Amino acid sequence: MNFFQIIDQLAAVDPDVLDRFDSRRAVFSSLGSVAKRSALAATPLFLGALFQKAYAGTTSTPVDVLNYALTLELLEADFYRLFLAAGTLPNATATAAITQIKKHEDAHVALLTRTIQAAGGTPVTGTATTGIRFKPSAFPSTYAGQLRVAQLLEDTGVRAYKGRAAELVGTTLLTTALQIHSVEARHAAHIRLMRGQLPWVNSADDLATDPTYTSGVTGTTSTQVTTAGGAFGIPAYSTASPAESSTVIGTVPLTTGITTAPAVYSAADAAAAFDQVLQPAEVVDASRAGGLLA
Amino acid sequence: MSDTLQPLHTPIKRRSFFQYAGATAGATALALAGCSKDSDPAAIVPVSSISLGTGDVGMLNYAYALEQLEAAFYAQVVKTPAADFLSGELAYFTQIATHEAIHRDFLKTAISGAGGSLLPTLTPIFTSINFSSRASVLNAAKTFEDLGVAAYNGAGVLLKSQTYLTIAGQIVSVEARHAALIRDLLSPGSFADDNQVDATGLDKQMTPTDVIAAAQPFITEKLDASSVGK
Repeated sequence: MNFFQIIDQLAAVDPDVLDRFDSRRAVFSSLGSVAKRSALAATPLFLGALFQKAYAGTTSTPVDVLNYALTLELLEADFYRLFLAAGTLPNATATAAITQIKKHEDAHVALLTRTIQAAGGTPVTGTATTGIRFKPSAFPSTYAGQLRVAQLLEDTGVRAYKGRAAELVGTTLLTTALQIHSVEARHAAHIRLMRGQLPWVNSADDLATDPTYTSGVTGTTSTQVTTAGGAFGIPAYSTASPAESSTVIGTVPLTTGITTAPAVYSAADAAAAFDQVLQPAEVVDASRAGGLLA
Repeated sequence: MSDTLQPLHTPIKRRSFFQYAGATAGATALALAGCSKDSDPAAIVPVSSISLGTGDVGMLNYAYALEQLEAAFYAQVVKTPAADFLSGELAYFTQIATHEAIHRDFLKTAISGAGGSLLPTLTPIFTSINFSSRASVLNAAKTFEDLGVAAYNGAGVLLKSQTYLTIAGQIVSVEARHAALIRDLLSPGSFADDNQVDATGLDKQMTPTDVIAAAQPFITEKLDASSVGK
């Protein structure tokens, strides 16, 4: 595969192709160093990512990414506030777990707010009664229902952080985002255990067909998300993200492509071994977290 | 995409040759530096150490080393389960063992597919773990899982490829789920306790050299992560 030839061919039909990359120099210097080391440019994975980004039409900034994360954290924090206030927690152990999780979500809200301000941006906001908060009418009345929503929120958060981490490549914000991401995954695992589920996403899950674990959008999409607590940009939505049941990572089929028969992995194990991303348009869709915003 | 192994003793490609030539030259330079009176002896890389490589392929080999270690550990746990495992625990370990084996084999395929030099199969040292003891197995699992999470969290910023970053994210959240489960089995409710998640709500992150230093007692081959991501 000849990268420069592809660029030339693209330029023939799209004169702006080079402007679609971050900057001409950045792309070629990045590619050059990578190519020297490992010939990554020869792999479809690498080119796919490069063009996916170039043509995604994203105008989002790191502050947009952080405000998106802050929106989800405000939603989670307010949900756990309602959970603790509902009086449904059956014992001290459950109360301690939900209290610990809420403490983390509150800390994430504070950290992201400070970080956005430090970057010169305007953080989105929310309180119990204004701005970004959990829709009261969507709050379940039973403990089982509340735990179910907690699982969906946490697993959505895990997919959401993964879905935008790539936009933070080369910034120091990436490490912070990853450190939040793995905390959300720990929360998701524990909530799942509280519900008697396996701690990882799996096909035997009672919620396996919930939109949180599939993909796609139900409504129209936009590159601007407007909430009661502020607005932020998101990348243009293209095609649906892989569902959590997917067994293909990059271009590699896990069930048949990484071992030789008969030592193959089951689709169930392959799907559980990797979590999947959700794009922002999918997360803020009414079928997922967007439908839980007040 | 080929999943052909590239053992070190087979004829190496020109590209691979230069990678190894570079690593050897670096090691030689450090060894020579060691002759200087003013040098720091700790900076000397033993000539017998295996460099994980540079750039994104170095990152993939780094992850491959950790996944090899985890997969080997859980394979042993499943092969010789502790007699005092509680009901359901062996089933958890069986699934985790498969997840880690899938991570290992995926990374092996990805490294070969990217044209990189593949780290050889490592020889684990598990003499400090008593596989017949539930507590010993769970404590070792906690060490490996929390280390894995910190490793991927710290590695992200060193990756240049967005595709690899996303894949690393797809693995690390599963590792974090494992870590949470193991912690809850050891001490219910400790899935994300205050010794793991700090006051700002952040999980741990570690550099490749710190992670490999922590993992080295469990690996026979001496690994050098000093050029990973560079």
